[in-house]
Amino acid sequence: MTSNRKPAPDNYQPKEFSFTKENLELAKKELNKYPENRKASAVIPLLDLAQRQNSNWLPIAAINYIADFLGMPRIKAYEVATFYTMYNLSPVGENIIQICTTTPCALRGSKEIADLCKKRLNIDFGETSEDKKFTLLEVECLGACVNAPVVWIGDEYYEDLSKESMDSIIDQLKKGEIKVSPGSQIGRNGSMPSGQRSSLIDKGN
Amino acid sequence: MPKIKINEQEVDVENGLTILQACESIGIEIPRFCYHEKLSIAGNCRMCLVEMEKSPKPIASCAMPVSDGMVIFTNSPMVKKARNGVMEFLLINHPLDCPICDQGGECDLQDQAMSYGRDSNRYIENKRAVNDKDLGPLIKTVMTRCIHCTRCVRFAQDVAGVSELGATGRGEEMEIDTFVEKTISSELSGNIIDLCPVGALTSKPYAFEARSWELQKTETIDIHDALGSNIRVDTRGREVKRVLPRINEDINEEWISDKTRFAFDGLGCKRLDRPWLKKDNKLVEVEWPEAFNAISEKIQSTEPNKIAAIVGDLADCESIFSLKKLFNNIGSPHIDCRQDGSLVDSSVRGSYIFNSEITGIDRADFILLIGSDPRWEAPVLNSRIRKRYLTGMLDIAHLGTLPSRENGLTYPYTNLGSEPNVLDDIASGNHEIIEKIKSAKFPMIIIGNSAVCRSDSLAILHKTREIAEKYNFIREDWNGFNFLNSVASRVGALDLGFVPGDGGYDFNSIITNSANGNLDMVYLLAADEFDVEKLSNSFIIYQGHHGDIGARNADVILPGAAYTEKNATYVNLEGRVQRTSKATFPPNDAREDWTIIRALSAVIKFPIPFDNIVELRQLMEKEYPVFSNIDLFQSQEWKPFGISGSINDTPLELSIRDFYMTNPITRASQTMSLCRSEFIKRINN
Repeated sequence: MTSNRKPAPDNYQPKEFSFTKENLELAKKELNKYPENRKASAVIPLLDLAQRQNSNWLPIAAINYIADFLGMPRIKAYEVATFYTMYNLSPVGENIIQICTTTPCALRGSKEIADLCKKRLNIDFGETSEDKKFTLLEVECLGACVNAPVVWIGDEYYEDLSKESMDSIIDQLKKGEIKVSPGSQIGRNGSMPSGQRSSLIDKGN
Repeated sequence: MPKIKINEQEVDVENGLTILQACESIGIEIPRFCYHEKLSIAGNCRMCLVEMEKSPKPIASCAMPVSDGMVIFTNSPMVKKARNGVMEFLLINHPLDCPICDQGGECDLQDQAMSYGRDSNRYIENKRAVNDKDLGPLIKTVMTRCIHCTRCVRFAQDVAGVSELGATGRGEEMEIDTFVEKTISSELSGNIIDLCPVGALTSKPYAFEARSWELQKTETIDIHDALGSNIRVDTRGREVKRVLPRINEDINEEWISDKTRFAFDGLGCKRLDRPWLKKDNKLVEVEWPEAFNAISEKIQSTEPNKIAAIVGDLADCESIFSLKKLFNNIGSPHIDCRQDGSLVDSSVRGSYIFNSEITGIDRADFILLIGSDPRWEAPVLNSRIRKRYLTGMLDIAHLGTLPSRENGLTYPYTNLGSEPNVLDDIASGNHEIIEKIKSAKFPMIIIGNSAVCRSDSLAILHKTREIAEKYNFIREDWNGFNFLNSVASRVGALDLGFVPGDGGYDFNSIITNSANGNLDMVYLLAADEFDVEKLSNSFIIYQGHHGDIGARNADVILPGAAYTEKNATYVNLEGRVQRTSKATFPPNDAREDWTIIRALSAVIKFPIPFDNIVELRQLMEKEYPVFSNIDLFQSQEWKPFGISGSINDTPLELSIRDFYMTNPITRASQTMSLCRSEFIKRINN
């Protein structure tokens, strides 16, 4: 299993955590959505906010901070943080590349894409590159099977990938940021057919 | 009332019951792991699946409320197959280590696998293994055995009020854990051992000590606090192996405190098993006659007016009664049972018992705690207050000092400070809490020992009574005045009138008069909780079962029996008379306490008028009729008590400084001293 699911060793854990001014505002906005005695409902968005503030991973101090912030037992926030795989409990690379290897993506060649990433980044699933720029994760179905194979980087999906397009995305990432737009990499609009429309042709839209 | 059909049988059930409870009401047993009557419903083990007509899938009976017209089957092929399948899944990752598991023989998983499981295992892959957790000196963990029923998690959160356990991770990675390796800081933590349906959480002191079927089980009463929890003492040979709770809904439900459960190992250490006599300033072991003769000689040369007696915290009513008779015969009025200097009087019974009953807490909607720390004085009673608080219908206010510890009282409360003169404001209606008191239908006062061990105690009692009478605490159908005693012997001793007679010295005067040389002899019946060295001018007779501070300063030591070693009567804080049963024998020459006093009375020629326990109890019941109602709560007529006076602003003190060290048994217990270093030091740091 991947290493970001267990809390980082003590020497990686920061002693303290608190929201920045901007994030505190956002957190309060989030709190306003829930009644006073149901504040704990905001735990998921707040943990996410904390993770974003802390280079994409959640230290114990941040979990404690959120729990205290919401007036809930610390263990309850910890349960949530360990349950959802999108919370990283130990440091991760700047870019997290999550490759779907479930059946539809596997049929459409996700293994080749994974092999390419492993080779290019010189890391295996669950590992972080030495320059701390990349973390590679294997994930279950991302729910975009019509555009398989799919890779999830940052907050975006990159779909209809081929070895070439993935290679270029990694190149761009290594240079700093992705230039291509997210979504289908072969120019499909959403999940429309790749070529001519083959059904419902008589309909106008 | 919904009508449902269970296995072709028509049943009327109460609204709001679950199917499982409905089945139980007609004697159909449903197997379960996660469901427990006293805990919130989780519905995660799936063992209680039953078939419901018109439902394509079996349903979890523990979580499904009944509704009219349901047709349930608990013995159909579908149910059998479902149980079989659930059992197989549960056993996939469960190790086959029953031969080395302490739960063996009393394990729900073992029993239900026999009743409902398959005969063989089809799973050939590797089983998962889980790291053990450190839950402190009381609870041993073998987490690979855990089946994730989350009973321990729910107990810690709901009953104990310390949310320190949780289920972390998901799926195969799920584990029961404390947050980042922290032990559970609750006085009730031992109960999760009983709750655990498998051998994941077992008792550390009991580890590999005995098998459940080898143990002799004796039903008796606990004496580590004044609650009188119903317990079962398991012995093998002469040794107490463990202490478990018995269900008594009126007193302890089915919980006991860690002190009750684990302090028994002190019964095997530092015991007084021979009489001792001080010769040439050194205590030496002697035979009974020699010890008695020494006392006899001393008593013949002492004026009755220069002899006093103090009764300690663990003494039983038979011995207190005998000692009182003896002192009557001797002619000394200097007797007292309040070794903490408490000024509670024995004349009005309603002033020193828990008048609302413990079950009254389930009705209360406002509790005013005065100088009481229920979490440490009676942890199980405190969990009852918490249970009531969780219903959302209870407000709590606290006046007094509490130790600084995690989770406070385990429920929120309005802090009224620690100065008792706040009571004046409440009585006169000039306090903000007054609105809450006035709007309460079942208001309750719980006053504790630290409010009555002061010079102005009688004024505090008087003012408290005034508040109770003024604000609807005392009615025909409700008595909300409660005294929370924290030691087991106190209510019984007060019932027996073991307080100074005419012109007699009370506890504090006994100390000063001994120092002034006005007292030549002091008889200590298991009295250990004060500085006995202050009595060093007098000849000290110590009768008790542990070589503690009392025995260290004694001139004669008479070895008595501990609570597991005698058939004795104790009165709990409600005034409920309960009897212990002898689980084992006192060591060597030690004897049951009342027999020692009876024998001594003959030697010193002041014989007391009974020769066996039946005669003793008959006389006791004749003179003190409350003792004739065993196990029953007896409500008391409301009478005035206390003396009007001014209350000063000295803060109320802590009532208990160290939960784990409150009597000689706990001080001799290794487990308790481990708890102290684990939990109490954490508080002090």
